[in-house]
Amino acid sequence: MTDTHDTSSTTTGDDTGHGRRRSALAALGDRKKERIDSLAEAGSLSSAEGVSLWQSAWRRLRRDPVFLVGLGIVTVFVLIAAIAPWLAPHDPAARLLIGQVSPATPIPPAQEGFPLGGDNAGRDTLSRLLVGSRQTLIVGVMATLGGLAGGMVLGTIAGGIGGWADSLVMRIVDVMLSIPSLLMAFSIAALFARPSQWTVIAAIAIIQVPIFARLLRGSMISQRHSDHVLAARALGVRPAAIVFRHMLPNSLGPVIVQGTLVLAVSIIDAAALSFLGLGSQDDSVPEWGQMLGRAQVFFNSYPHVAVYPALCIIVVALGFTLMGESLREALDPKSRR
Amino acid sequence: MTRTATTSTTTGSGSGEPLLSVRDLSVTFGRGRRAFAAVDQVSFDVRPGQTVGLVGESGCGKSVTSLAIMGLLPARGNTVTGEVMFDGQDLLRLSQEQLRERRGSELAMIFQDPLSSLNPVVPLGVQVAEVLQAHKGMKSGPASRKATELLNKVGIPDPTRRLKEYPHQLSGGMRQRALIAMALACEPRLLIADEPTTALDVTIQAQILALLRELVTESGTALIMITHDLGVVAGLCDQVNVLYGGKVVERAERHDLFSRPRHPYTGGLLASIPRLTEERGRRLNPVPGSVADNIPWEGGCAFAPRCASEVEACRSTTPELEPDRDGLGPDRLLRCHHPLEENPLDDIRTHQPEDTEGGPA
Amino acid sequence: MLRFIVRRMLQAVLALFVLSVLLFAWLRSLPGGVVSALLGERGTPESAAALRAALGLDQPLPVQYWRFLQRALEGDFGISNGVYRGQPALDVFTQRFPATIELSIFAMVLALTFAIPLGYLAARRRGGVFDTGSIVFSLVGVAVPVFFLAYVLKYIFAVQLGWLPPSGRQDVTINATHITNFYVLDGLITREWDAAWDAFKHLILPGIALSSIPFAIIFRITRAAVIDVMDEDYVRTARAKGLRQQTIRVRHIMRNALIPVVTIIGLQIGALLAGAVLTEKVFAFTGIGQALALGFELRDYPVLQVLIMMAALIYIIVNLIVDVTYAIIDPRVRT
Repeated sequence: MTDTHDTSSTTTGDDTGHGRRRSALAALGDRKKERIDSLAEAGSLSSAEGVSLWQSAWRRLRRDPVFLVGLGIVTVFVLIAAIAPWLAPHDPAARLLIGQVSPATPIPPAQEGFPLGGDNAGRDTLSRLLVGSRQTLIVGVMATLGGLAGGMVLGTIAGGIGGWADSLVMRIVDVMLSIPSLLMAFSIAALFARPSQWTVIAAIAIIQVPIFARLLRGSMISQRHSDHVLAARALGVRPAAIVFRHMLPNSLGPVIVQGTLVLAVSIIDAAALSFLGLGSQDDSVPEWGQMLGRAQVFFNSYPHVAVYPALCIIVVALGFTLMGESLREALDPKSRR
Repeated sequence: MTRTATTSTTTGSGSGEPLLSVRDLSVTFGRGRRAFAAVDQVSFDVRPGQTVGLVGESGCGKSVTSLAIMGLLPARGNTVTGEVMFDGQDLLRLSQEQLRERRGSELAMIFQDPLSSLNPVVPLGVQVAEVLQAHKGMKSGPASRKATELLNKVGIPDPTRRLKEYPHQLSGGMRQRALIAMALACEPRLLIADEPTTALDVTIQAQILALLRELVTESGTALIMITHDLGVVAGLCDQVNVLYGGKVVERAERHDLFSRPRHPYTGGLLASIPRLTEERGRRLNPVPGSVADNIPWEGGCAFAPRCASEVEACRSTTPELEPDRDGLGPDRLLRCHHPLEENPLDDIRTHQPEDTEGGPA
Repeated sequence: MLRFIVRRMLQAVLALFVLSVLLFAWLRSLPGGVVSALLGERGTPESAAALRAALGLDQPLPVQYWRFLQRALEGDFGISNGVYRGQPALDVFTQRFPATIELSIFAMVLALTFAIPLGYLAARRRGGVFDTGSIVFSLVGVAVPVFFLAYVLKYIFAVQLGWLPPSGRQDVTINATHITNFYVLDGLITREWDAAWDAFKHLILPGIALSSIPFAIIFRITRAAVIDVMDEDYVRTARAKGLRQQTIRVRHIMRNALIPVVTIIGLQIGALLAGAVLTEKVFAFTGIGQALALGFELRDYPVLQVLIMMAALIYIIVNLIVDVTYAIIDPRVRT
């Protein structure tokens, strides 16, 4: 207690000593210089500022149980996806239990060596779930990256150029947003005569484009008037360089938050597409959404066939959502009160 | 924490028993080692019809004091101790419901920012009439007729039309007038005004202050005026309490305080009032530094780091609030080891180039 | 106020125009082109050529778009080539539209009745067990695929426990009179109480499944809004005025906190329409959602075309209504 007293009083004392010595003229000069200094500083050190923002966010996140649970789930999921072929006890495509499949008993029960039983083609469910994590991760990541890329192009055009480009792009984006997004994904997926993993990814990616575009544009517009961008412009930095070196990196926070949340949504939406028969028709390479979508016919008699992939999807989607929500809170200056 | 708590003073233009008597009021935020006292053993009285000023910079505890009196502090995260006797009852010991019945009818408050203090989505008329409905049991018809009357009284032109309007359609001065109308709707015995003019234009400030003075005098309402601006105090208050770091550092009648400030902090506040009679180009004398969040009063004077007349004792012993016999006027209280001997304004007024004797050491 | 509505309607018209262009583009890019899409696999080269000429596919694109628009306005969207083979596509919509509206309203009412009070309670007890618990619940709610939740509900309450019907809109053994095709409403109008009650029972499970997404989102928005509003100065003013807790809650807290909630309700209508496709399929609930699901499965493009168009139309109209409501609640946006 005494320690804090001492330090605080000395620093305040120094400040006042300095303040007392200043004359009116000097104070005026100081203020002008300070403004230029802060402009230049903000311009050159914008990345350092970003780092400190991330550092403070990380300090909060490290102690946030919600974030840690999310991070744990996502880490385990990615690890499993990475080493799935070595983890899986059987070949996910091999029809090892086909002998037990008959019209009366379409689903082989759990047994020695097959703890979760098999599917209606006699394949090992556990192996399919483990290997399926890969395709699920691919669908989620590719759809998110696709949406992000499209959104970045539109958002950068709108926010970086402004003017007529801004209003044109934003009108398109607004109309895209005015269509119910999942319904749009269904409609886009229905355009392909032969649906596959890639048509699913494309359909989900497209519905994310307007969201990312709006987000990036908003964040860039707010930065256009910020000091470091003004400073860079005053120093004669080329517009393209300003957009890519100064504005985009600083929009990263909201984009990462949105990206994490979209990953969860993509995995769930992929399952919905499969459920409507708009997913990949080829089931030799398993994917959770597809496994869940195809399990519908067995639900009333063999619910576990659907429950396993559903639980996997729920847990992983929850993991990404928890991470995204706590990231959002950590990066939101409003919640830092 | 062994303070000789202030022996009650008998000052003020008001007469008779005090209406409000605050004794050793402390408000502590947080708990344990991070706890800090925003208000620290504050005592003062308000008599019927009297206007008492609480003056200090932001962070000195003046607003927290007023919220504690009204029982408007957040339900969690703070501890309030002491006594707030109002009309023979300790407000701090009343139930929420008993307190609610007194708020708005016997105790009223107006706030700093009139725009954010008004509900943006409810018409003005409803916001005025609801006080009458809550406390006088009026039906909406008579209540809104009374509201028209009230708006008229606080100087809002065309009140019937204004009643249907929303806060964003009014000017800043109008909004503050409306808030005053709401506060005075039930003719409260005590009104607390928390920086009522800070958010307004200078010309409007004067109008609002004049309105407050007029209404208070007319109805005999006691007023606690919270401000950082001694200029406001000069025109309105009978008695002034200067707060610093959660404690009262000086108390005096208005006239005595202005002609003979004793605490260096009061002196600094006085010197920072701009004056039209001054030679142009003279720099205002603000008090250097600012109130730090956590000012410790333990083992020294909290103002010492910013004080120009600091002596050795200021860094070792906490000064007590004691009767000040050397000051002008009766029953002054002061918390200072090394009070000012002369008015810093005299120095400015006479433009003396060099310090005469006894100036700040 | 009037100017605001007019401006907002002009925006809706613009959105409709762009939507029609998108729909036209969608139709043009169907696999195999419009003709095989409309004729299905049984189309002969002759009928295809006839249709091509009839549709004016040899004409330039703007002319084709104009024709498309004309037919759409006349309600001519072609003939179904899916499960409703032979029916005009528009009829599929008009027959099934009330069912989906009935289900959606029920789901939305369900979501609102629980989400708003719970959101308020969670905000008042911020950081407490109830608050944390309901946040976790709502996050899990978002992570569960709607159709899976629907199957679980159906399995537990219909298949295993037998408390509620597993599918359909009304028991076939009930000989109910249908006037409006809103079955619950029909039962009430005709005083066939058992028919109304049975139709209502059929709504419960799909309604709960469908309400899960709007519930989770409305709950979180309400909670966040109430927390924000409780810190506002005007709530302090209301308390300083000594108003009753009830008045403060309704007039000062909820009236402001509901503004963001109303906006989000409009957006949730979209999620509800998409969710209806999934839940109606699970419960064989004969609404436009099920028709869409079957349409997607069988690539019944004429039906899809009208249903998607109508779904978007409903969505735009609902959001128009929401915005006007918003202007009524919040006087600041009127000017």
